[in-house]
Amino acid sequence: MKIAFTTKGKDWDSMMDPRFGRTEFFLIYNEENEELSIYDNRAIENEAHGAGPKTAQELFALNPDILITGNGPGGNAATVLEKAGVIIYIGAGQMTVKEALEAYRNNKLEKF
Amino acid sequence: MKEIVVISGKGGTGKTSITAALAFLAGKDAVVADCDVDAADMHLLMQPDFARSEDFYSGEVAEILQDECTQCGKCMEVCRFDAISIIDEQYWVDPISCEGCGYCARVCPTETIFNKDLNVGKWFISSIKTGTKMVHARLGIGADNSGKLVAKVKNEAKQLAKELDKEYILIDGSPGIGCPVVSSLSGADFVILVTEPSVSGIHDLKRVYELVKKFHIPAGCIINKSDLNSQKSQSILEYLKEKDIVHLGSYTYDEAFTKSMTQGLTLMEWEDTGSSDKIRESWDKTKQILNTL
Amino acid sequence: MKIAIASGKGGTGKTTISTNLASCLSESEPVILVDLDVEEPNSGLFIRGKLLDEYLQYKMIPEWEKKTCTLCGECQEVCNYNAIIQLGQTIMVFPELCHSCFACSELCPADALPMVQKEIGWIRTYQLNQLNFIESRLHIGEEQSTQLIAQTNSFVRDNYNQDMPVIFDAPPGTSCPVIEATKHVDFVILVTEPTPFGVHDLKLAVDTMRELNKPFGVVVNRFGIGNNEVFEYCENEKIQILAKFPNSREVAELYSRGELIYDKIPEFKNELMNLWNKVKKELHN
Repeated sequence: MKIAFTTKGKDWDSMMDPRFGRTEFFLIYNEENEELSIYDNRAIENEAHGAGPKTAQELFALNPDILITGNGPGGNAATVLEKAGVIIYIGAGQMTVKEALEAYRNNKLEKF
Repeated sequence: MKEIVVISGKGGTGKTSITAALAFLAGKDAVVADCDVDAADMHLLMQPDFARSEDFYSGEVAEILQDECTQCGKCMEVCRFDAISIIDEQYWVDPISCEGCGYCARVCPTETIFNKDLNVGKWFISSIKTGTKMVHARLGIGADNSGKLVAKVKNEAKQLAKELDKEYILIDGSPGIGCPVVSSLSGADFVILVTEPSVSGIHDLKRVYELVKKFHIPAGCIINKSDLNSQKSQSILEYLKEKDIVHLGSYTYDEAFTKSMTQGLTLMEWEDTGSSDKIRESWDKTKQILNTL
Repeated sequence: MKIAIASGKGGTGKTTISTNLASCLSESEPVILVDLDVEEPNSGLFIRGKLLDEYLQYKMIPEWEKKTCTLCGECQEVCNYNAIIQLGQTIMVFPELCHSCFACSELCPADALPMVQKEIGWIRTYQLNQLNFIESRLHIGEEQSTQLIAQTNSFVRDNYNQDMPVIFDAPPGTSCPVIEATKHVDFVILVTEPTPFGVHDLKLAVDTMRELNKPFGVVVNRFGIGNNEVFEYCENEKIQILAKFPNSREVAELYSRGELIYDKIPEFKNELMNLWNKVKKELHN
């Protein structure tokens, strides 16, 4: 399983970014080999409109099975993610990445 | 750090006055942000010093390099916005009509047209009278508020709140139900809806709440001028109950709102007319809710 | 004779002035009232005419033809609005983000993106005695209000005799929709309140009207609250104050119930007629 997190930083202790469309980073955790990779999404700051679908497209290329985030994506981004078959869990906006993974494993997060 | 956004859908409900009063109550515990950049009025009550100011760019606009233009007319042909016209035998872009789609630049055979970033206004970081910082913005004429500008204002506020170790970010949210208000809500922990008991007030409250619900953000509601129409106030209360929205208070019509405003003061600094107690109650309730989140 | 009623800030009484002025005038002559506040059209809450017709409004968006598409990616490359993206073997279009510039469609090497109609809202026409009321509404989630305003203006131009007074209730603010709603009119009435917020936003609206070279005047609503700043400002800037409507609880209560005011409060009606006479005089000059 590959799990993607919307984050403010690049490691396990970083805070989650509660936003989806304008998230600063994605951290991708590969459960099989326990590797953590970083995707820098900060260029999204320059998009006046349509940040949601654009970010969803970037995430699609990273090919995760699961997305853990805060508020959840808006309508357009949700359409893309649905098409991409990504399962979304929300409510982790105020956690660190580590805590968010834990909460997910303990079934503490709400499915979007 | 908790993010609180105040929105209303309709104009004229007292949203900004109430946000300013809440900012006064939050005092040094909060960083304040004004995302209502179409009618950015909150600073009038906060004595900002405009200490830091920066240009803001959002979207693009086409420009033609006159020297290299061969007058082939392709750009005018493809433009769907009638933004290109011929004046004195030269092709010109009307920046107000141009939507920045970039089609003209793509078809120009001599690469004489390019899209440049559009300067839409300025944003500021100010010290304000409550002993904290405020992030605000001002748009130029014909400029549209955008998700980008709201995200920028909110990001700066968040950064400041982090650096200064503040408990709250209090945001005067954007009006309407479009992209800017979506951006205002994104990442928020709690939404305060300000409404009034009128046909249009209820109508717009329902529209904007549909959006809040999509984001799964807990919400509270303040009914301002509640005594203007007690029947409509009652139906708002029923709506709040049905939607599980916390009733944060009903304020009766109070001229202290405008009287304090004319002195550049928040309601909390004005002589007591009963409204200030009500606002304090609303703020205490909000804090309680935030503690349980 | 085309008049727009606008304001920098929302909630100043723009709709109150438009609906009452139009209704009041229609007692003696045919009038057209057009609600161009397409995101929040509220005039209809006060005017209860007989619905005559509905005209659906469309914008053009690209539609993906899977069969002919070569998945070259040019469309998402040319789109400046993130309205079209390629997702693996699929092209997705986001209609609300599309500005109908046609670039993706016409630059597609395989002709796989023909432009098709997408409904964005409607125009409805109502009749109440001599009052023709035209309401224009954008569907929730749509962002192209400027386009719908332009279409509504064309609709009015093409379907009505322009000799009678046409009153446009413009959207609030100073951005593109307001410019679209006011650029073709003969005169703009800016409604404000005598408060610091009102004056601050009035100044922005005045700058916009000057940029557009539009003749305009100011109506002060809720006169009596706040302070004198708006009058000092208008005097310094040589802006004509066309009318003052006193602050009144009775007016606010009537408004909250969705009722008109001029037929219940004679002073209100007098001031409306003063306003109208001044506007007519301005237009003569």
